[in-house]
Amino acid sequence: MSDLFLVGNGAGFSGDRVDAPIPVVRTLVKRGLPAAMFFECLAERTIALAQIEKRRDPEAGYEPMLERLLEPILVNCARAGIPILGNFGAANPVAAARCVARLARRLGIPDLRIGVVTGDDVSGSIDLDSLMPHEADAGLDMSSWALVSANAYIGAAPLAEALARGAQVVVAGRTSDPSLAIAPLMHHFGWAENDWNNLALGAACGHLLECGSQVTGGVFWDPGFKDIPDPANIGFPIAEVSRDGGLLVTKAEDTGGAVDLRSVKEQLLYELHDPAAYLTPDVTMDITGVTLAPAGADRVALSGVRGHARPDRLKVTACYEGSWLGEGEVSVAGPNSLARARATADVLLQRVKQRGLGRRARADLIGISAVHDSDDGALWRSYDGPEPPEIRIRLAVESASRDDADQAAREALAMLCCGTAGTSGARWRVTPRILTRSFLVPRAMVPTEVRVLEARSWN
Amino acid sequence: MELIEVPLHAVAHSRAGDKGNRGNMSLMPYDPALYPLLAEQVTEARVLALFAHRGATRCMRYDLPLMHAFNFVIDDVLEGGVNGSLNLDGHGKSLSFRLLGLTVRVPPSAVARA
Repeated sequence: MSDLFLVGNGAGFSGDRVDAPIPVVRTLVKRGLPAAMFFECLAERTIALAQIEKRRDPEAGYEPMLERLLEPILVNCARAGIPILGNFGAANPVAAARCVARLARRLGIPDLRIGVVTGDDVSGSIDLDSLMPHEADAGLDMSSWALVSANAYIGAAPLAEALARGAQVVVAGRTSDPSLAIAPLMHHFGWAENDWNNLALGAACGHLLECGSQVTGGVFWDPGFKDIPDPANIGFPIAEVSRDGGLLVTKAEDTGGAVDLRSVKEQLLYELHDPAAYLTPDVTMDITGVTLAPAGADRVALSGVRGHARPDRLKVTACYEGSWLGEGEVSVAGPNSLARARATADVLLQRVKQRGLGRRARADLIGISAVHDSDDGALWRSYDGPEPPEIRIRLAVESASRDDADQAAREALAMLCCGTAGTSGARWRVTPRILTRSFLVPRAMVPTEVRVLEARSWN
Repeated sequence: MELIEVPLHAVAHSRAGDKGNRGNMSLMPYDPALYPLLAEQVTEARVLALFAHRGATRCMRYDLPLMHAFNFVIDDVLEGGVNGSLNLDGHGKSLSFRLLGLTVRVPPSAVARA
């Protein structure tokens, strides 16, 4: 066993650049060290949308880009002995495994060993009404909503078990994101399930890489302030982890983007609350003692990560459906656009109210204030700056029925004739709303199962 | 020394993330020498006030002096969070740039170095 293990990331969310894994795998193969690739494809809500897809088609409900992501790298990874792990199973890991198996057979590697980890879906096995919601969600009233999905964030152990049983691709549903990186490290270095400092090193590795390009220049570059080379081709990250506790972040060769102290700090603190206690199913990570050091071009070394005992309970996120979002937009431009935009927003809100179409409505003045504003438009209503050349007015309404949401959204369309002078460019759409709520459950309530079969046997 | 007033964006960088209806924002000065000055000026109360219009109820600042970084955790800032919000940016990922609009008083040389 080597003293150095490389972990590459090929996706930071469902919707990421599908050509990103190619240079990562090329770099890993070239370096010739023991390595693994992981793909993180599940945001909080993705699994609920996947569950809705699965209802429509029992063979759907997994990452829709799965084949596109794996096709260019699968043979190279199999040949080089680089296992691939991903939560791209979403709501249907078994169907995702069958998809990988079909791809492997088509590519001429029918003996590829594909592992599936199940057990995260607790929608049929746990009575959520009997549990206390997680503190951040305690105030939400979900009584009129229908449960769509409930999944536990499972840890690295079953993923590592699949690797131990020879899996070259490990397909999972909901896992904690860092566990996808911890598992191959556990497997390679033989870390015990209570080796808290090493598991925390793995958690730091996973946390830094789980959002793909976010540690190599993505959502980082700020022209004139934080410039990066070739942002159209940002290289995805690779971590080097050593047996003695070293951790270094770099990226795929011959790509754009950058790894420096600034990009690593931004990602290390991303979605983190108490830096002394970042909770994962595998370990509680403490980064209060972390120091960072440059270690060459696009290379940053971390030291001082500490681990503490893992939490007793696992997080379960439940998704509910039950209302609809109607959105409509129109534009105004040129002289007096600010006054016309304000009047348009007020009329749209008045129309929704007088027709009784929504429980909540909001208007934005895109170009004045939208994403930073509040539902009541506090910022654009008090805006006293200069008039911009154009403003787009957005109406957003939460309605109990699809029809009400559609009617609300169409109020923006109606402004093409009924609106202020020069109103133009109407767009409207209706989408189902998914609400989530989190719970903490005892580990014993979430048994997991691992199956490993060759591609020829997944039917 | 004479100080000048600049937006944080001139001397620091930030990234926002979400968990439920709670947001976090990191804040790092480009020049580590500015860390104590930001610690003094970018207080929990000032940051909470930036998000008062959205119903934020509490702001906690965690200091990471070894990394010259701060982490602000703000409760109830996301109008229901990514799944409940009517905001185009339900995750609140743009909010780091509201923080970077907050002004601080720094030595003129700090801006030139950034």
